[in-house]
Amino acid sequence: MMNSSCNVSSSSKPPHVLAVDDSIVDRKLVETLLKNFSCKVTTAENAMRALEVLGLVDEQQKSLDSTDSKVNLVITDYCMPGMTGYELLKKIKESSVMKEVPVVVMSSENIPTRINECLQEGAKMFVLKPLKPSDVKKLTGHLMIEESQ
Amino acid sequence: MDVVSQLQRQFVDYSASLYREGYVDDQFNQLQQLKDESNPDFVVEVATLFFDDSGKLVNKMADALEQPSVDFKLIDSHVHQLKGSSSSVGAARVKNVCITFRNFCEAQNREGCLICLQQVNHECSILKNKLQTLFRLEQQITAAGGSIPMH
Repeated sequence: MMNSSCNVSSSSKPPHVLAVDDSIVDRKLVETLLKNFSCKVTTAENAMRALEVLGLVDEQQKSLDSTDSKVNLVITDYCMPGMTGYELLKKIKESSVMKEVPVVVMSSENIPTRINECLQEGAKMFVLKPLKPSDVKKLTGHLMIEESQ
Repeated sequence: MDVVSQLQRQFVDYSASLYREGYVDDQFNQLQQLKDESNPDFVVEVATLFFDDSGKLVNKMADALEQPSVDFKLIDSHVHQLKGSSSSVGAARVKNVCITFRNFCEAQNREGCLICLQQVNHECSILKNKLQTLFRLEQQITAAGGSIPMH
């Protein structure tokens, strides 16, 4: 199944990023950083909400309509109450519809086993908080590579 | 020295003192750099969110510490939240208290936790006042037609 809904010729469509974090402060920060890099941003305060946005809840079917504002990248906090960012990552990678969407995991804690576990599960990047503009620049780079494939 | 220059000098000095005295760290500077014409109130907005959020967390911690049977795991999760958000806004002193606070949670030390709670509350108050002063200076500079000096 082809992931890219963007035609190279009409690639002036801003990338759509879903940012998931239970901290309102961090949501504001990541949203602003992403908007500074010309991304359209949707935020979610927990993994369940994120799954809703992605159309992965129960029998929800997200059609790959060009009118849909398809998510091009998910950036999620690791530590969240309820479903963690790691579990969200797994759910995305297990889904037939969304598994190609690049996922970036953020955490305030530098734990090598945690980092490895996320990368092994298919995360494109693991970023240490607090997030900086240089981090966002790097991850938008992943976005562009995906889109051009 | 004209009014704008005076205000700018005050701003630079005051800002430098916040860093020097450890109230804020480089992350705060990163936030200041994110301000631009399309987003002039960004730092004020984030700071407001932070103080609202920290206020709520402090209340939750206080409640939890008053229970006959203290749930240290719950308190730790609140401290973890506060540590995270303080780190994200560059509130260095608040963040440092949170580190100590987490140690007391782990040790299930109620007294230690109460002391840290007081300290965290205190540091948030001080920082709020300091940032209000800083933001006021920025407003005065802008109102006088000047530009805000960047690091």
